[in-house]
Order: sequence, then C-alpha cells, then structure tokens
Amino acid sequence: MSKSNFTRRGLLKTSAAAGGALAAPTFFSNAMADGHAGYLNAPQGSSVTLGFNVPQSGPYADEGADELRAYELAVEHLNGGGDGGMMNTFSSKALTGNGILGKKVEYVTGDTQTKSDAARASAKSMIEKDGAIMITGGSSSGVAVAVQALCQEAGIIFMAGLTHSNDTTGKDKKANGFRHFFNSYMSGAALAPILAANYGTDRNAYHLTADYNWGYTTEEAVRTSTEALGWNTVAAVKTPLTQTDFSSYIAPVLQSGADVLVLNHYGGNMVNSLTNAVQFGLRAKEVNGKNFEIIVPLYSRLMAKGAGANVKGIFGSTNWHWSLQDEGSKAFVKSFGTKYGFPPSQAAHTCYVQTLLYADAAERAGTFNPCGIDEALADFQFDGMGNGPTLYRAEDHQCFKDVLVVKGKENPANEFDLLEIVEVTPAAQVTYDASIFGGELGTCNPGA
Amino acid sequence: MLGLSAKDTRLFLIVIAMVAFAPFLMNPFPTDSAMAQFNAGYPDLMQRFVIFGIFAIGFNILFGLTGYLSFGHAAFLGVGSYAAMWVFKLLGMNVLPALALSIVLSGLFAVVIGYVSLRRSGIYFSILTLAFAMMSYALAYSVLAADMDGPDQQGMLQKGLTGGETGLQLTLSDPRVLGQSTTAEGNIPVPNLFGIEMRDATELVLGNWAFTFSAGYYIAGVIMLIAFYISIRIFRSPFGLMLQAIKTNQTRLNYTGLNSRPYTLAAFVISGMYAGLAGGLMVAMDPLAGPERMFWTASGEVVLMTILGGVGTLIGPVLGAGAIKYMENILSKINKDTLYEWFSFMPDGLEGLLVTMVYPFVGKGWHLTLGIIFMLVVIFLPGGLVEGGQRIRGLFGRKKKTETDTPDGAKSPAE
Repeated sequence: MSKSNFTRRGLLKTSAAAGGALAAPTFFSNAMADGHAGYLNAPQGSSVTLGFNVPQSGPYADEGADELRAYELAVEHLNGGGDGGMMNTFSSKALTGNGILGKKVEYVTGDTQTKSDAARASAKSMIEKDGAIMITGGSSSGVAVAVQALCQEAGIIFMAGLTHSNDTTGKDKKANGFRHFFNSYMSGAALAPILAANYGTDRNAYHLTADYNWGYTTEEAVRTSTEALGWNTVAAVKTPLTQTDFSSYIAPVLQSGADVLVLNHYGGNMVNSLTNAVQFGLRAKEVNGKNFEIIVPLYSRLMAKGAGANVKGIFGSTNWHWSLQDEGSKAFVKSFGTKYGFPPSQAAHTCYVQTLLYADAAERAGTFNPCGIDEALADFQFDGMGNGPTLYRAEDHQCFKDVLVVKGKENPANEFDLLEIVEVTPAAQVTYDASIFGGELGTCNPGA
Repeated sequence: MLGLSAKDTRLFLIVIAMVAFAPFLMNPFPTDSAMAQFNAGYPDLMQRFVIFGIFAIGFNILFGLTGYLSFGHAAFLGVGSYAAMWVFKLLGMNVLPALALSIVLSGLFAVVIGYVSLRRSGIYFSILTLAFAMMSYALAYSVLAADMDGPDQQGMLQKGLTGGETGLQLTLSDPRVLGQSTTAEGNIPVPNLFGIEMRDATELVLGNWAFTFSAGYYIAGVIMLIAFYISIRIFRSPFGLMLQAIKTNQTRLNYTGLNSRPYTLAAFVISGMYAGLAGGLMVAMDPLAGPERMFWTASGEVVLMTILGGVGTLIGPVLGAGAIKYMENILSKINKDTLYEWFSFMPDGLEGLLVTMVYPFVGKGWHLTLGIIFMLVVIFLPGGLVEGGQRIRGLFGRKKKTETDTPDGAKSPAE
C-alpha cells in the first residue's frame, strides 16, 4: 500500500469505503453478544460447530490421536451415520441421530501441544474464528484447567477429555466445565484395598512423580490412602515432564530401603520409567524379605502397549477398559473397531461419552445456552455408557461411577489384550465430599 | 512529522494504516468460502500479531543494533506476564497499572541479568542469557509454585507465586482492592481500560464478508504503534548510532577509550522492557500466565521472528512475528478433512495422493513448513522478508519506467 499515486479510481474506491464506514452502524451487530440468542456463538443456520482441542504433538500425542478418532466417531453417530454406538445403549433417549437439536454437527480441530498457552490460543481461535459452541479435549490436567478457565471467561461449555488431577473439578472447578473421567482421589481410594490385600500393610513406598499438577495430586492421593493402611512413604521425588531417561532416578530407589515403587507418571513418561525400572532388575529384587513391587496409579492400554512385557503383574487403576462386557462398552468397542480396526483406549472412551453427554444435555435442555446445559447436566443420572450407573454431581461437575483396578496380563492373547480387570470398585467407595478440595464453582456464563 | 525523516514518516504511516485496517486486510476471503480457512482476522490472532510485534521490535533493539544475540528474552515476557497477573489479582482489572508494573519489573530483571551476562559477548553472552531464562523457567515451574499458604489453607498463595505448570490464574476470591472480586453475575471480571473490556468487539458484515473489530486489538495496536515510534527514534538517535558502532566493531570502540557496557546494558534493559510490555499485554488479552512462556523455545521463537523479518530493519521484526504467528495458528488448524474438502474435485486416487503429500506440512506438521520457509529465507534472502519486499519493489520500479504510458500504468506500483 503506497501513499502516493492518487488516481481517480483509487479516490472513488476510498470514498466508497469511507461511505460504507459511515453507514456502518446499520450493519454492526455485536459479535460477542448476539442479541436474540442470549449466548455466545449461538448456532446460525443448519449446523453447529464443536471444537476438538487435543494434543497432536508432545508427550501425549498418542492419547490425542485416539481422542480425535473417538470424536470423529461421536460426530458420525450424532449425525445418524454408522451403527449409532453407545447412543443405542445410553439410558437417555433424547438423541435421535439427527444432529443436535436438528442441527448437523460439524467440528474443528486444534493442537494443544500439551502447553497451556498453545491450548488456549487454539481454543480461542475455535471460539472467535470458527464459532465453536463447545470445546472438548485435552490429555493433560494442566491444559484442561487452563482451557476450562478460558471457556468460563468466554462463556462456552468445556467438556474435559482425559484429565485425572483432582484440581480440574476441585480447586479449579468452573461452572462451565464438566468432567466424566475419574480423578486421583478415586484412584487412590480404589487401589488401596487391593494393594493391602496383595502386598500386605507393612510396606515402604518410594514415589517418582511427574513434576506437574496431575503428578502432585496423584502422589498425594496414593500416599494418603496407602498411609492410612499402614504403609510408610520413604521418599517422593519429582521428575520433569520432558524427561525420557529415568535411570538416574531409579538407581537411588535401590539404596532407599523401599520395597514398593509408585510411578506417578502417565503416557510416554510412564512407558520410559517403567521400562528403566524393570531393566534395573527392580522386580526381581527382594527387599526387607518381601518381593519388590511396582505400582502405576493411572493405567491406560496405550501405555501398557508402549511398555510391552514390562507391565505384567503391575497394578493400577483405569477409567474404562475395552474388555468390559456391559452392553454400552460392547457397542462402543464394536463401532470403534469397525471404523478403525482396533479397540479404543480409555481416553477415546471418555471423549466419546463426553460428546454424547453434551449433545444429550443440549437436546434435553432444548438450547445450546451454557446455562441450559449446566442445568441439564447437574445431578444427571445415566447408564449404558460403559461405567454402570453414573452421576454428574452438581456441586463440582464431576462424574461418579465405578473405578476399575487393573493388572498387566501375564499371558496376553493379542497385542490389545494387555490388562485384566482385577476388581470393579463400586462408586460409593470412591465418592467424596465436594468441599474437600476447596475452590469455587461460580455461576454459569453464557458469554453474552 | 514527530521528528521523523520523510522516509521514516512514510514507513510509520504505512504501519499505522496496516494496524488500523488489519481487520480488513486479514480477512480477505468471504466467510463461507473454502478459503475462509486462511482468514486471520479474528481478535485473538490479531492481538498476537501486534503483541509479538512489540516483543520482536524490542528484541531487534538489542540484536539488530548491538548484535548481542540474547537467547533468553522469553524470561522477560514471563516476568511481565506474572507481574500483570498479580496486579489483576491484587489491585483490579484496569490494564494500565498492570502494564506499568510489567514494564518496571521486567526492566529491573533485565538490569540484573544484563549486568551479569553482558560481561561476555558472542556465544558466551547467548549461553548466559539462555541459562538465566531456563533458571527463571524452573523457578516459575516448580520452586515458586510451591504452596506458600501451608497445606490447610486455601488462600491466594496455595499455588505459589507462579501457579506452576497450570499457570497463574484469576480466581473469584482474589481481593482486587480497587475493583470488584466478582461481577454481579458471579463471574471473574474481565481486563479493561477504564471500562472498555478487552474482549469487547463489534462485527461488520458486508455481504459475504465479516470483519471483527476488537477493543483489545486496537488498544494493543496503539501501544504497538507507540513502541514502534520509540524504536524508530532509538534507531535514528546518537544512542542508536553508538549501538550500531558496537555491532560494527566493539574492540575498536573500546580502544578509543569508550566504555561500551553502559550502552549495551541500556539497550538490553530497553529491550527487556519491551518484552515485559508484550508479556503484560498477553495477559491483558488472555488472563493466564504460564511458565512455558519462559521456555527456551519461546526465546528461540523471537530470534526466528527477527531473522525471518529482517534483522536490524525497523519493520522486519513485526513482519516476522506476523508470519510465524500466522503459520502457528492457521496452518496448524488444517486437518485431513479440510484437505479432502479442498481436493474433492479431483479423481479419487489423485485426491488421496495430494492429501498424503500435503498433510505432513499442515496440521501438526506446521513446524516443518516453518522450518523450510526459514531455511529458504536465510539462504536466498539473508535480509529477511524486508529484503524480499525490496526486491519486489525493485522489479516494479523498473517496470514503472517502461510501462508509464499504459492506461493503468499508475496502478501497478500502487499495489
């Protein structure tokens, strides 16, 4: 754009633009507050846009890829494609395969890079540019907490994906945020009795903890519940999230006199630390007259696959596993398997369920308004989604359902059959008071 | 105008026009067309353009003028962000005090780091600044994130000074002594400038085109213009000449009996304050400050921006910042389905082949595209995008002489 060279045509153009600008007030509509709808990004026309914000790069990229597959499957089912999956087994029958509220479901995707800043930038562009009405995803609690706060500020619903930290629906809970996945507290509460039954009540535990939000709350949950059984915590060491070689952290474990190693690691971290621990011969050791044991509080099939034979006999907890035999799980595994050729992970499951729950809530509320969704999901009880009867608690927007305690299979039948379910801990045993983690839910924000 | 030479005035006016009309320039495609994917005229990205523009302008004052390559500039960005967040938490949501504290605090921080790092030059200086930045990152990530209230308290310091990896966030229970803790609707108040909320926006719909004018963008834009103006004045001042002398031959300067360190330190501090201002603006637009803002990759990014745009040029860093942020936010959002949509007119086999060929360069592969463009620019346009612009202007300049008698001869150079 040069300032010189005025021409008659250029002048005409400029005048036209200026005239347009003067006449503009008639065209102006407030972008952030659509008057008649009363909430941000109210869907115009015949479609509604959802934002799938998942890690496509970084340590949780595998989980992110599986989450995206689940979202695509959920959109297909919502729009009436495929075999309908869990829509057929879901206890609420509001969804008919005709989109959401008669609007065809479309979606946009973004990469969180497992960084709060990047995740927020990506979520913002979905809200501001693509007009997304709901953001979902995330495979890290830090990101989930950050994006949830953004959605609260902006006035958009956030349906958390895989996030296991207590904080997401504890300290940092938000009225516009909802979580279906279980949390560290539940893992601790479900694992402790199993550990006591198998390893006794006289144990010395050594924790290696991923140095971030989720690591801290998981360590705390496991410590509290195992110490209540009589276990002793020898040491708890933090490891950087970006660490790939844990040898230097494993060596001191042998000298510490501990006879249990708790790996508060997830994803690639856990694969590497467990592999290192096994290579160091920890599991063959005998300390204090007892076999040395390793525990992984949060397990997933993708991690078990990465760690290979090293997971055999190792206890952990999980939100869901594809080998469950209820109707919901079977239907989901079938349609996921038909589309992609392998069974879904727990990350995929929770993301799929969250999308359906959102769609169902919008359908029952008769609106996409976040406050309407909020009301529809508060204390909502449902079944048929793979975890048995489930409650979406109104006080903290956390789901309460059975927790699975799993163990690495000794003789896997195939490459997906890596975990066996040891026990299904009933929801009552892992339910806690909503106030124990502090934080304030606030009120729903429709953004307009 | 304003003490600028005619050439600088023209440049400054062009930049003013670009900032003012960015909502139009960035949204050239109709909203319902397939090309709408490439529209960048939404508030968040435009804000990022000008904020990272400020960051890069400041970095260029140090790197472009003195030749000192700081590899830890993101530390100041982080310090500015955390400072502004604490003003929002303690004082109130007006952005001016927040920005003021960001600038002051990052300036102080720059004095300390600069005082130590500037004892060395060249690669040693780069490594020292990198070390400081990574130390700041580690501090923000774990040390300063430790619970300072005690385990049974749920107060403001329960996540420490920096909030650790989740980042420092606003909460409903922050005191905000000059404002309100909670809005009437029960939400966290929004950063504002005397009542103008940063996220306020109006939309202008002209036919198929939609243009969004965001209050936050224009406030950041005005601040960027002020920063740009100050940068021009520094470039043209005796102080700026002294800095260029340092770049050209510091040893000779020292032999003439001149102590160059106060000058480099001043440049370092000014550039740190620019970074702090950018950090403060980032949280003013999006109130969350996370430690990864201080990670070495963030420091590397501003180096890339400056080199991509053109080191030592006035406008280069702004262009580089824009180019990188554009790729990060637009290319990274193109997924396989979008590609299939674009190539759907082709026969199936060809369509699949094209998608497979293009896919590695978009979506999560945008870094690859950035890398290739960066290599091409460094190899063929060592002066960055600015040199590219000059070459194109050179081409048109020659054309102008030969085509002046064509009817629309005057139009070509105007583009």
